Amino acid sequence: MNRVIERLLKPTFWKVVATVIFILGIYTIYIRFTGGLAAVTNLNDHFPWGLWIGFDILCGVGMAAGGFTLCAIVYIFNIKKFKPIIRPTILTAFLGYLLVILALLIDLGRPWAIWHAIIMWNPRSVMFEVAWCVMLYTTVLFLEFSPVILEKFNVEKILKVIKAITIPLVVIGILLSTLHQSSLGALYLIVPTKMHPLWYSTNLPWFFYLSAIGVGCAMIIFESYLSAKAFKKNLEFELVSDIGRWIVVVMSAYLTWRFMDLLLNDKLNLLFVNSVETYLFWLEILIGAIIPIVLLSQNKIRLNRLGLFISACFVIGGFLLNRLNVSVTSLQATAGVSYFPSVYEIIVTLFLVTIGVVIFNLAVQYLPVYEKTKETIPVEFEIVTDEELRTETIKP
Amino acid sequence: MSKKAFLIDISECVGCGACYEACKEQNNLPKTSDDPLRDTLSDKTYTIVEQRGDYYVRVMCKHCEEPTCVSVCPVGAFTKTDIGAVLYDESKCLGCRYCMQACPFQIPRYEWGSLTPRVQKCIMCYDRVREGNLPACAEACPTGATMFGDRDEMIKLAKQKLAENPDKYYQHIYGLEEVGGTSVLYISPVPFEQLGFNTKLIKTALPNFTHEALSKIPTLVTVGGVLLTGFYWLTNRKNEIAREKFEERKNKRGEE
Repeated sequence: MNRVIERLLKPTFWKVVATVIFILGIYTIYIRFTGGLAAVTNLNDHFPWGLWIGFDILCGVGMAAGGFTLCAIVYIFNIKKFKPIIRPTILTAFLGYLLVILALLIDLGRPWAIWHAIIMWNPRSVMFEVAWCVMLYTTVLFLEFSPVILEKFNVEKILKVIKAITIPLVVIGILLSTLHQSSLGALYLIVPTKMHPLWYSTNLPWFFYLSAIGVGCAMIIFESYLSAKAFKKNLEFELVSDIGRWIVVVMSAYLTWRFMDLLLNDKLNLLFVNSVETYLFWLEILIGAIIPIVLLSQNKIRLNRLGLFISACFVIGGFLLNRLNVSVTSLQATAGVSYFPSVYEIIVTLFLVTIGVVIFNLAVQYLPVYEKTKETIPVEFEIVTDEELRTETIKP
Repeated sequence: MSKKAFLIDISECVGCGACYEACKEQNNLPKTSDDPLRDTLSDKTYTIVEQRGDYYVRVMCKHCEEPTCVSVCPVGAFTKTDIGAVLYDESKCLGCRYCMQACPFQIPRYEWGSLTPRVQKCIMCYDRVREGNLPACAEACPTGATMFGDRDEMIKLAKQKLAENPDKYYQHIYGLEEVGGTSVLYISPVPFEQLGFNTKLIKTALPNFTHEALSKIPTLVTVGGVLLTGFYWLTNRKNEIAREKFEERKNKRGEE
C-alpha cells in the first residue's frame, strides 16, 4: 500500500501541471458559486451560451460517442475482434458523461434545480429530451462499466445479472445515444434567423450524429495510441487501424451531405464570401473531414502508428472547431457582440479535461480495464472466427 | 378573459419615456439611467424607448402567440396565459438559458451577478390586466402611441388606421404574422427595416422546427430497437452456427 502511495506522490512534470490546473479550477468554481456567473464568465444577455456549453457539453458528449459506436460493432454486429478495446472506450464515455454533468452543474444558473427535469415535464423541448437521454445513458454507461469494478472486488452475483442484461443494455444505449447526439444539433433548429446560413440546416441533427460517430472512432484511436505509449499495453494495432477505414466512410458521407445540403439550399455562393465565417467553415471542413479522409484512405498512413494517430487528431480538431463554430461563430453576427471566453472559463474547461485524464489514468492502473479482457468480457461465449476455425482444423 | 395585445403606433411616439418610468415604478425596478432613451434592456429594465433616426421605437417582450421560450424550456418554467401574457416561474427554472438563446427577438435578460439568478422580461402587467386595468406603460402613455386591448380589436384598429391614412403609414402590421404572430403589434410611417426591426423573421412559428424533429422520436426508438435486436439475432446466429460446426469437428477428431 505504501508503495502505491509513494508512486502516486512522486512528482513528474504532468503531475505538477495537473495539480496547478486543479487548484486554479477549484478556485474558479469557488468564485463562480460566491459571485455568480458574472464573476467568472464573459457571458451576457446577447450571448447566453459560451465555452462551457460549446466545448464542455457539445464536444464532451460528442467525444464520448466512441462508447455506443463500439458497443454496436462488438455486440450488435458481433465483430468480436474489437473486444479488447471495449472497456477503455466505455470508461472514456462514462467519464465523459460524468464530466458533462459536472460542467452543467457549474454552468446552470440554478444547479440545485437540475432534478426538476425529472418531475417537471415539457416534452416539446429538445433540452428536456437531451436531459432525459443524458440521465438515462449515464446510468447505462455505469452499468456497462460496472463489470470492471465488480470483477476487481469479486462480486460474482451482481456480475452475473449484468452479464445477462448486456444486450438489452447495449440496445438501449445505442438508441439513447442516437437520440441525444442528434438532439444536441436539434437544439439549434429553433434559431433559423439567428444562425449563420453556412451552419444552419434542418439536417443539423444528422450532421451532429454522423460527426459524433466519426469523432467517437477517432477518440478510440487517439486513446489507444496514448495508452499504448503510457502504459506499455500492447494493443493489437491492426484493430485500431481498421477503425481508420470506418472514419473514411463516415466522414465521407458527412462531407458529401454537408455540401449537398449547401447545394440544395442555394448556399454554395456563401463559400466564397470574404468573411471570418467563411474561413472558419473551410478550416473546419479541411481539418475535420478532407485532410483525414485523404490521409486515412492511404494504406501507408493508416498502417503507420503515428500516421493513424495524427489523422485521428485531425478528425478531433475539426470536430471541436465544428461544435465551437455552431455554438459561437455562427451566432456572433446576429448577437451584435463578440464573445471570447474569459480566462476563468478556459480554466474550468481545462480543469474538467484534467480530471478526466487523471481518473482514466488511475482506472487503467488499478482496475482491470485492459487486463484479462479476453476471458471476462461480459459476453455469453467466445466467438470463433473463420480463421481460428481453419487453424484449429489444420492442427493435428 | 380574451386575448390581449399592445398596439404601438410609432408615428405617435414622441420619446417622452413615460412608459419607461411607469414600468420601473410598477415592477419596483431600480433606476438604471437618467435618460430613458439611452438605457438598454436588462434584468432591471423591462422596456426601453430607442431613438432610431427621426422615430422612437419601444422595445419589450413581444408575448408571441406561439412563444419560443415556452416551447424550449425543459422544465416548463414559461407559460402562455389566456390573456396572452408570457410568464416566467422562477421556482421551476434551472438556469439553462435556452430561452435566451432561442428568443427570436433577443428579449429575455438574466441576473448574471446573482447566486439565484432569474430570467427577467416584461410580463404584460399580468395582475393589473387580470383586474381589468391597462398595463402601466399603456396607461402612462400621453400620446396614445401605446394602446392596449383585445388582440382582435387592436388588429382591427391597426388595419383601420392603415386603410384610412395610406400616405401616413407603411402598409404592414409588424407582429401580425411574424413568427406566427405576437401580442405586440407595431404600425409605422416608414418601412420597418429602416427602424432596425428584424424583417427577416419567417411567418412560421419557430417551435414547429424543433417539434418536427422531436415528433420522429417514437418511430426512431421503436423501429431502431427492433432493427438493432434483429441485427444482433442475425449476426449471433451466424456465430453460433460457426461454433457448432467447430465443436462438431473437434468431437470427430476426438473420436478418431
